[in-house]
Amino acid sequence: MSSIGTGYDLSASQFSPDGRVFQVEYAMKAVENSGTVIGLRGTDGIVLAAEKLIMSKLHETSTNKRIFNIDRHIGMAFSGLIADARQIVEIARKEASNYRLQYGTSIPLKYLNDRVSMYMHAYTLYSAVRPFGCSVILASYETDEPNMFLIDPSGVSYGYFGCATGKAKQSAKTEIEKLKLGNLTCKEIVKEAAKIIYLVHDELKDKNFELELSWVCKDSGGLHVKVPESVYADAEKAAKQAMEADSESDTEEM
Amino acid sequence: MPPVNTDFMPQDGSNDWRDAAHSTGTSIMASEFDGGVVIGADSRTTTGAYIANRVSDKLTRVTDHIYCCRSGSAADTEAIADIVGYHLNFHGMELGEEPSVEVGAAIFKELCYNYRDSLMAGILVAGWDKKKGGQIYSIPIGGMCVRQEVSIGGSGSSYVYGYMDANYKPKMSKEDCVKFVTNTLALAMSRDGSSGGVIRLGIITEEGIERRVVLGNELPKFYEG
Repeated sequence: MSSIGTGYDLSASQFSPDGRVFQVEYAMKAVENSGTVIGLRGTDGIVLAAEKLIMSKLHETSTNKRIFNIDRHIGMAFSGLIADARQIVEIARKEASNYRLQYGTSIPLKYLNDRVSMYMHAYTLYSAVRPFGCSVILASYETDEPNMFLIDPSGVSYGYFGCATGKAKQSAKTEIEKLKLGNLTCKEIVKEAAKIIYLVHDELKDKNFELELSWVCKDSGGLHVKVPESVYADAEKAAKQAMEADSESDTEEM
Repeated sequence: MPPVNTDFMPQDGSNDWRDAAHSTGTSIMASEFDGGVVIGADSRTTTGAYIANRVSDKLTRVTDHIYCCRSGSAADTEAIADIVGYHLNFHGMELGEEPSVEVGAAIFKELCYNYRDSLMAGILVAGWDKKKGGQIYSIPIGGMCVRQEVSIGGSGSSYVYGYMDANYKPKMSKEDCVKFVTNTLALAMSRDGSSGGVIRLGIITEEGIERRVVLGNELPKFYEG
């Protein structure tokens, strides 16, 4: 890569001879260095889960959250650089609020996704700027329909039933594919989400992490909120049990 | 252009057809029924006391599933309906689906409120969408916006509030609702001097709009003493 990228990776506004935009690829590297984030879509809503890596023991818990509210009915989770993500959060909130002002109703997620994607894509076009070093998952529950989109630093976005981004996105995706998302409710999915985050966490490289769980579903009244403490405790317990059972079975096999 | 000399004209208003604004001294109405809404209006456009048009159409399309009943200044309301039509068409393309009636009403309201000092417009926005079914939003002068199951407007409406209140039933059948709207408008038109002509109707459902006309000689008759 070093010989091919030479000279063509300084600007987002120039292609390399083989048709790549290196700045965008570097932005994706920034995403891959960050904790894993997943989104799961059930029959009655969406669950977002994040592995927040703790860099220092001196940090207060609950700071630098990785899941945000965009509007009453929309949540956003990100992986990548937090400072970049906060700017996305700000423009997404502005879009949602402007829509409410102009059209008197809450913004449809499809529309918000188009706007945020376009914004992120614009930062891959000009030499004076760099792409955003983050991927974001947008989740909503509107008129009995859950929706979820994942946007890459390139500005490309897809709708998903289950998606993952960050460090362990590959193994997280493999785990998600094992679930039967079409039949599960959010209550059931919360546990699965916690299990996956615990499972894909790499204890050797990253010691500490905090699990973040939020949902937007029928039970939360269509609002995007942190899962209630009791639900959180149950999910975390189930995840820890699953991990123990896992390591026990591993030793037996050996 | 120099100002027109009007000294020679009689000052009693008998010649106001020359310079008075076209306005829809009007009777308009909209009512929900099971499966959609019925909208209706008389067909008289006046210039002062002169009937400039006796077969006008005050039911104006905004999208295939959203119509508005216009009352007040003909020029103002036509212009507003055009602008809202443009916005909804654009928004529909952005969304990839037809905009909801609620959004349509919000755009009407925004215009009517922001320009309330220069506009004379009382509008009923009515339509059907798959989120909430048949809906009516009333936007009177001043730019308030409120959803109602049944609503009337225009100068003729003051005569028939009681009739409307007494006869509206939730979840009527389509034909019952058409009859209800026709009767209410006929009563308003016979009392109100600046309403009259034919009754124009529109029935908006999931399938779109069905237009009907009740001609002057077919209007339901009531006591006229």
